[in-house]
Amino acid sequence: MPRIDSAAELEELRKGILSKRDPNKPYIAICAGMGCHGLSNDRIITAFEEEVKKQDLKKKVDIRATGCHGFCEKGPIVVIYPEQICYVEVMPGDVPEIVSQTVLGKKVIDRLIYTDPNTGEKAAHQSEIPFYKNQMQHLINNNTKIDPKSIDDYLAIGGYSALSKALLEMSPEQVLEEIKKSNLRGRGGGGFPAGKKWETARNAPGEEKYVIVNSHEGELGAFMDRAIFMGNPHSVLEGLIIGAYAIGSHQGFIYTRHDTPQLKNNIDIALAKAEEYGLLGENILGSGFNFNVEVHFDIGIFVSGESSALMKSIEGKNPEPRAKYIRTSVRGIWEKPSNLNNVETWANVPLIINKGSEWYASIGTERSKGTKLISLSGNIVNTGVAEVPFGTTIREIIYDIGGGIPNGKKLKAVHFGGPMGGSIPESYLDTPLDFDELAELGAPIGAGSMLVLDEDTNMVDVIRFFLDFLSNESCGKCVPCREGIRQMLKIVTNISEGNGREGDIQLLEEISEVAAAASLCALGKTASDPLLSTLRYFRDEYEANIK
Amino acid sequence: MKEILLQIDGKEVKATEGMTVLEAARSADIFIPTLCYHEKLKPYGGCRICTVEVEVRGWTRPVAACLYPVEQDLKVRTRSEKVDRIRKMILELLLAHAPYSIELQNLAQEYGADKDRFEKESSFCILCGLCVRYCAEVKKKHAVGFVKSGAKREISFIPEISSKECWNCKECFPLCGTSYLQAAFVLAESLAFSSASSKNATEK
Ligand SMILES: Cc1cc2nc3c(=O)[nH]c(=O)nc-3n(C[C@H](O)[C@H](O)[C@H](O)COP(=O)(O)O)c2cc1C
Ligand code: SF4
Ligand code: FES
Repeated sequence: MPRIDSAAELEELRKGILSKRDPNKPYIAICAGMGCHGLSNDRIITAFEEEVKKQDLKKKVDIRATGCHGFCEKGPIVVIYPEQICYVEVMPGDVPEIVSQTVLGKKVIDRLIYTDPNTGEKAAHQSEIPFYKNQMQHLINNNTKIDPKSIDDYLAIGGYSALSKALLEMSPEQVLEEIKKSNLRGRGGGGFPAGKKWETARNAPGEEKYVIVNSHEGELGAFMDRAIFMGNPHSVLEGLIIGAYAIGSHQGFIYTRHDTPQLKNNIDIALAKAEEYGLLGENILGSGFNFNVEVHFDIGIFVSGESSALMKSIEGKNPEPRAKYIRTSVRGIWEKPSNLNNVETWANVPLIINKGSEWYASIGTERSKGTKLISLSGNIVNTGVAEVPFGTTIREIIYDIGGGIPNGKKLKAVHFGGPMGGSIPESYLDTPLDFDELAELGAPIGAGSMLVLDEDTNMVDVIRFFLDFLSNESCGKCVPCREGIRQMLKIVTNISEGNGREGDIQLLEEISEVAAAASLCALGKTASDPLLSTLRYFRDEYEANIK
Repeated sequence: MKEILLQIDGKEVKATEGMTVLEAARSADIFIPTLCYHEKLKPYGGCRICTVEVEVRGWTRPVAACLYPVEQDLKVRTRSEKVDRIRKMILELLLAHAPYSIELQNLAQEYGADKDRFEKESSFCILCGLCVRYCAEVKKKHAVGFVKSGAKREISFIPEISSKECWNCKECFPLCGTSYLQAAFVLAESLAFSSASSKNATEK
């Protein structure tokens, strides 16, 4: 593959790829995402490959092992294009029938299509399944269309056109302006305006600057970063290169999970391919802009996802946070300006450049723009990853997309943001998904995990679980966090075992206040947020166990 | 060096750029308690007892004085109801580990901290890291280090290094605000050094 040196050559290449592709040629998209992987989808992929070989269909049918489709509850998922027939819970034994009946015979196999457990209605096409129908997908929808290992697949859906536009038609200032106008806010937990952070890094003194992808995804119950990055690695990379151009950085880092080898593998392939095509490295697309990327494994401890700890870890040191009185975007890795964004934040960037900030800002609420990936887990019919515009109510997410609560149970609470988040009770379900509104209710959305809890849940136990998690997964450097969590965990454990004592709630509140005010990093500062949200809405459950 | 004027407890203080609030306060004889700070070491920010309130552009927030850089016109309050509450709690949390530490007892008196507020923990270490950092930064030996994370964090002598280096040094001993360090050393000595040195002996 000769490298691409101009916008014209990129479009030429794209045309070449598309001209060799027949949009009516059947292809089988088999989910190879994290959820389905656990269900040994590799056996299904092999079965399809063998069947296609056996029936001598190699020229007539394409097979793609794709990233996560989101509907993990019903995995392994197989979608047959161009009709978009969606089969759920597919077993290797179903494969010959799917190939003969559906791929060749164009017939739907009734047994394998989705049946709504609530209404008994069947849906043969992906777009008719309530889980998908009620989403607005701008990011995860591409997962079914591409093999993450194929850069040609990404180019075929318009990949790298935003990079070409940014590098060859826009100045770095214009790119920055566009991101600022889009109001894109960070998806990693804080909701900090991305454009503002980029600007700080851009204006920070120093020649050498870094851009980083945070792919640690430590939030319990969160798997959307993995879904995007594993399923569509080039989209994240494209965003990163555009960001680097706007900020004036020539070196990027990807901080990724050490326990997910397929993710690292897909990232490595994407980097190698992008470099081969001239989309990464020296003189990208003939623009004169140079940019390289290094991949680093995370340290498997929750706190290593925190920005300053992550940067220490990239330097090869222990992932211990430092005080950020001087921001990491001014002084980060090796004291150089370092702009860190979450996987999903970066993935939004090409979209904004391609479609414009105005289009982007038309989606969502006043202060939360675009779509958000949500990981649904807990007592919910459809676990998985969904994408919705900000402003969607929590009720819509849980009932229309998530299919409600299983076993006829009632919903009790929804917990957002994992161990640094908070819970809201049933009565707040009509709250729209919005950074600020949920934060005001004491349940900041964090990275986007939504743990749904039914009426049988004991909230004190939930909090005990989170505190226990944090007591192991913090670094232990500072006293308010290390000792505060230790004591809060003891008290909450006593309460959950029915041995609460008079004054325990006040003591919890007192420790919380000190941990929030005096801890070194955001872990300690927000460690008691889940506790405080439950003291706000479910105080009676604590009181009931205090003698 | 640029000169910076700030206010600490209502008093005008002259500092230079790059100084921390703690350094500026000390230069003006204003006392801020510290447990993990040491002149010879890089500021660490672990104990948080040095928490003070700063006011920047009308906005008050608690910060660690040993880390917070001085700024022109910064207003610092080294005591306030909130600061005192924070220090009291920190002391109570630490006294659960080291109830006999004179340093902690003195501060506890000042801030009205109750040494029996929390159930006693068997470890006597307050994890200020003075020994670990002194050995790494000043002696460059790394004979003692932190192990494990979160609530399980501990200091530990590395037998391979400490069996060679510590005998003639022991400079970290007087830095310890509790008696834990010496106890840990003696323990490591009795349990691990003999095997570490006998291993060395057999290797030779
Ligand atoms: C304890 C802790 C853990 C964190 N873990 C993650 C993580 O796993 N992934 C992530 O993107 N951000 C994580 N963050 C947030 C990062 O510090 C940082 O704000 C974020 O990566 C910035 O990207 P964004 O502005 O695009 O959200 C964590 C923060 C804390 C305090
Ligand atoms: S707040 Fe917790 S995680 Fe953060 S530095 Fe302190 S001990 Fe470590
Ligand atoms: S002296 Fe500042 S945190 Fe310990």
